[in-house]
Amino acid sequence: MNATSLTGISLDAARGVPAKASSSAPGGAVCAHCGEPLASAADADLATAQGRRFCCPGCAAAYATIQSLGLGRYYTQRVLDATRRPLRPEPTERFDLARYIRPGANGVQTLELAVDGLQCGACVWLIESVLAREPELVSGRVNMTTRRLRLVWRGEAETAERLVGRIEHLGYRLVPFNQACLAAASENASRTLLRALAVAGFAAGNVMLLAFGVWVGFAQHMGPATRVLMDWLSALIALPAVAYAGMPFFRSAASALRAGRTNMDVPISLGVLVVVGQSFVETLHGGAHTYFESAVMLLFFLLLGRVLDQRVRQEARATAEHLLALRTSEVTLLQPDGTMRRVPQESLPPGSLIFVAPGERIGADGVVEQGASSVDASLVTGEALPQSVGVGSNVFAGTVNLEAPLRVRVKAAGSSTLLAECVRLIEAAENARGRFVILADRVARHYAPAVHGLALITLGVWWLGLQAPFGQSLLIAASVLIITCPCALALAVPAVQVIATGRLFRQGILLKSPTALERLAEVDTVVFDKTGTLTEPNFMLASVPDPEAFRLACSLAGISRHPLARALLAASGPVPPALGAIEHPGSGIAWAGPEGEVRLGSRSFCGLTGSDLVGGEESSDTPELWLCCPNHKPVRFAFVEQLRPEAAETVHNLAAKGLAVELASGDRAESVRAVAAALGIGSAHAGITPVEKIALVKTLQQAGHRVLMVGDGLNDGPSLAAADISASPASATEIAQNVADLVFQGRSLRPIAEVVDLARRARAVMRQNLGIALFYNAAMVPLAMAGYVTPWLAAAAMSASSLAVMLNSLRLQRGIGR
Amino acid sequence: MTVLIYLIGISLALGAGGLALFLWSLRSGQYDDLDGAANRILFDD
Repeated sequence: MNATSLTGISLDAARGVPAKASSSAPGGAVCAHCGEPLASAADADLATAQGRRFCCPGCAAAYATIQSLGLGRYYTQRVLDATRRPLRPEPTERFDLARYIRPGANGVQTLELAVDGLQCGACVWLIESVLAREPELVSGRVNMTTRRLRLVWRGEAETAERLVGRIEHLGYRLVPFNQACLAAASENASRTLLRALAVAGFAAGNVMLLAFGVWVGFAQHMGPATRVLMDWLSALIALPAVAYAGMPFFRSAASALRAGRTNMDVPISLGVLVVVGQSFVETLHGGAHTYFESAVMLLFFLLLGRVLDQRVRQEARATAEHLLALRTSEVTLLQPDGTMRRVPQESLPPGSLIFVAPGERIGADGVVEQGASSVDASLVTGEALPQSVGVGSNVFAGTVNLEAPLRVRVKAAGSSTLLAECVRLIEAAENARGRFVILADRVARHYAPAVHGLALITLGVWWLGLQAPFGQSLLIAASVLIITCPCALALAVPAVQVIATGRLFRQGILLKSPTALERLAEVDTVVFDKTGTLTEPNFMLASVPDPEAFRLACSLAGISRHPLARALLAASGPVPPALGAIEHPGSGIAWAGPEGEVRLGSRSFCGLTGSDLVGGEESSDTPELWLCCPNHKPVRFAFVEQLRPEAAETVHNLAAKGLAVELASGDRAESVRAVAAALGIGSAHAGITPVEKIALVKTLQQAGHRVLMVGDGLNDGPSLAAADISASPASATEIAQNVADLVFQGRSLRPIAEVVDLARRARAVMRQNLGIALFYNAAMVPLAMAGYVTPWLAAAAMSASSLAVMLNSLRLQRGIGR
Repeated sequence: MTVLIYLIGISLALGAGGLALFLWSLRSGQYDDLDGAANRILFDD
């Protein structure tokens, strides 16, 4: 027993548990509606209808509704996504929908809702088909990318309740949100970029067509009149197109220059403007050196990269916004006359009394006035086990009330809560990190002055040194600028970023920052959080001592929301709950059985003293539950934290790449040491606060290390932001996911090692690209300075270098890590 | 070579038409939900 609880941290113990139905049940029965595994057929309690078996009456009712509407096709066409919330109708908290409804013209009302539980395209079809049967509805459309539903209907505001009820009945959860709060700005940015891309594409296509005519004309002796016509047409298309499509670059360059800095957009803007300006002057003179096509093609390719980049990041942002929208933002205010009212969290005055139902997130910091319960404070303290609270205990916003109703006297609400304080800490740390200079900008910093200097020298030598006419000298100087136009240079880094980001996205890793790849490549130290990051978010039963007792314990646990009770149920699958069992918050569950009272709970709740304990079961370091039946020996259920799949392999892998791995946790020293030993991590810090975590990261940074922080809790947020780069699993708290530069899906930790690998390869390719671009320039500049550049040569050199850079970047697509 | 004038005019008009169509589709929100659009064609009612 003792041995199990110590080595139980390894994965083998996880496999030793029989009937772990919650993760997957190969070949086992599943609910016909929500697709969740069912317990054994012996459970008579489960709902059955139309020859189908369901996990609960809610699912049965939803199934019946869908069949009666003739939408049964849904079940054959859907693809269930195990990472999403199951489609099980559950009683949910009610929102005051009226506050979110936007009335429009002609009595039309609009409501925006975030949809939780959307699994695949069939869900979109189901929701829209069900809504289409409502006569009042004008339109009800689900956006699958952002997972939002927009309801537009004619008539009363109260109709919303019914429409929302129809969808919630099917098992989806709908949360209204205020559209103005969520970034509509990003949507505008992507539309602006797409419009610019369209204009650049149109111009590039047509100008290229004309340019080909001119090039071929050179060989076939095109008359000067035709060539001038072509040039004028090109100018007419290119000038407005560059003015419009170049705006994103011009704006960025201008703001960088105003701030006294230079970025990659400065040489791009300058290059494009110089090329277009010089070509226009040539056109006015009827000269042959026009390069409109180069300018618009450059803009087109650059915009393509920007659009792809924007799209990937928008996807990541949509995920974060979805989570943000789902977070409860309303609390129940107890008014002096005893009635209850739902109010937004921000408008709660200090000193007021709020009511917190079991399972609800506490919306404010305060002191418990009435009630005894336990709260899940993992979000704030990182402590996995719930803390008992009673009258006089402090509770914090963001923690979840688990067991019994509480009345809380509010001390701080809205922006003055501990939760908001943590968010501010994160913001401060993030600002400090904004100083990272990306590779492209480091190159631009030296490249732009060098090129401009060379052009100036060329002008001076030709005009003053060789006594050439000023016009001709200027033209040669301009050709130096053109040939060094940073086309390939500007593509060198974004091309790699787009390809790498896209590939990671397909592997379920969202890169949220464009500079993340470069920062990741420089990492030499990885700091892991323990709870929820190296381990799975939930506890796991270490072993089943006695099947009889296990069954009894599970039926008692069925009435509780306590994490350990849920862990018991996770190991057994659904069981009929013990009717008449009573939960004593913070201590356990009691049930009057046929032979006398049965108790499931803590050591003290079961009345156990040292002498009752059988030898070898004294360890209370691991979380435990005791089951006491009359006339039976007490039975102990020990729980362990389960390591994420491939955690040890990942740590080993990172160490093999030359990275130092550290562990920093707020948990007790014993459990931290056990995890560190199981994974082979040498340096482990236990019992540290969020502030100490930041200090740890800062100390490492001051010692010259580049730190990758991997964490999942709110308490990790500040250190995630302070680290050079940060990652969090998709199961992390919203705040951790918002702060982290990359979010990885799934249970495995392997993406961490993979992403470091890819980042290093990406950096190598970026450097090669810059090398290729600079090599072309180095080869062409002397020719340009000597005045030998012809349109043919310029076009060939520019296209060839851009093509070489693109092809080199595409190599990243090949070979998946190993 | 006057035919060139007509051909260039036609190609520009076609290009401008395509551009206008794209800008219209962008304005009417057809690029807002690419995932949804990809799935919607599988359900035809």
